[in-house]
Amino acid sequence: MVMTEKVDAVSAKEALFPGTVHVDVVSAEEALFSGLAEMVIVPGEMGELGIYPRHTPLMTRIKPGSVRIKRPDQEQEVLIYVSGGMLEVQPSVVTILADTAIRGADLDETRALEAKRAAEDVIKNRTSDIDYAQAQAELLEAIAQLRAIQQLRKQAGH
Amino acid sequence: MAGSKEIRAKIKSVENTRKITRAMEMVAAAKMRKAQERMRASRPYAEKIRNVAARLSRANPEYEHSFLDKRENIENVGLIVVTSDKGLCGGLNTNILRLAVSRLHNWEGEGKGIVVCPIGNKGLGFMSRIGAKVKSNLTGLGDTPHIEKLIGAVKVMLDAYAAGEIDAIYLSYNHFVNTMKQEPRVEQLLPLSDEQLGTAQGNWGNWDYLYEPEAKQVIDDLLVRYIESLVYQAVVENMASEQSARMVAMKAASDNAKSVIGDLKLVYNKARQAAITREISEIVSGAAAVG
Repeated sequence: MVMTEKVDAVSAKEALFPGTVHVDVVSAEEALFSGLAEMVIVPGEMGELGIYPRHTPLMTRIKPGSVRIKRPDQEQEVLIYVSGGMLEVQPSVVTILADTAIRGADLDETRALEAKRAAEDVIKNRTSDIDYAQAQAELLEAIAQLRAIQQLRKQAGH
Repeated sequence: MAGSKEIRAKIKSVENTRKITRAMEMVAAAKMRKAQERMRASRPYAEKIRNVAARLSRANPEYEHSFLDKRENIENVGLIVVTSDKGLCGGLNTNILRLAVSRLHNWEGEGKGIVVCPIGNKGLGFMSRIGAKVKSNLTGLGDTPHIEKLIGAVKVMLDAYAAGEIDAIYLSYNHFVNTMKQEPRVEQLLPLSDEQLGTAQGNWGNWDYLYEPEAKQVIDDLLVRYIESLVYQAVVENMASEQSARMVAMKAASDNAKSVIGDLKLVYNKARQAAITREISEIVSGAAAVG
């Protein structure tokens, strides 16, 4: 439902600039670009893609490289560097889900191994059963401390 | 003037403590603003990727990704617990760990195996102390968490899920309601539910994308990114919660220090007054004895 509203808003804007497509470039950490464009050039995995308005729906991975966006009223193209990601094309909306990290099966594997090793270091001298008694005791202690602080505060009249 | 020197020293020390808590309060306030900003900035991506994932799961019923299908028997459960790296933030970590432990206890009561993935020092310390099976972990995220750091820890859990070692993954973190209120939450991460993706509602049509190179690869990549973005959001939300909880805790500490200083000053002034009175009466009585 959110999407249809958005598409309506987009087509309303499109009436102002005919022959444009709405482009969103977002990464997990921030939104990088949002606006209308006459054309977008994206480094697709299978080669460079130039996308014009009313492109057929397409979904592909993109390689590290720069995305170039030609805006309708400006000469200068917008250049955004992306370290890979996904491209989603609908006739009136182009979405680029940019990665903020260089990805790759090997690289991801290395990262996973690191996380695993860190965990193994922690549990080296551990029994496998969760000691709920200890967990309870620790949490109760913390809660008691918090409660004591609250009472002290109340006593002090604050 | 018995004890007045000690009282002065005490006042000085409480004043110093108050300076520190005031500084921490202000630092936390500044960091909180930035953390809230990051929380907002990460939303468009999550929203977009959710829409795309929803459409993909609708458009490709023939390709059953393991993230989407529900398993009949849930034998092993994975829990990702997001906590802070540092303390002095009130009951924030205690609350989330308490909720996590009660969930773990329930699951164990149902005879399920449990693995945990603590994110943040406090959770790691707690989980390893109580002897939970730590599958992967992540600490030292700093003030600006990057998704790059999360990839490894999340992948270990996703791989375990894909391999069938665990049948469901849950995510627990502090939901940021507002500066004064944070809410501990446990949410199901995998398998992805229809409610999460929002596929049940809305008019999706029945067109599909062209995929390059192949639908399967694209969907795999996209779903992994979707899960990572959910974990990232939990981390930034927890961080905003942490900073605001710290700000509130430090404000309370500063206020307490202020009232302690007030009380001590009263005691000090009384002691000083008593000493002066005593001195005067000594002088007067001495003069009377001489005269």
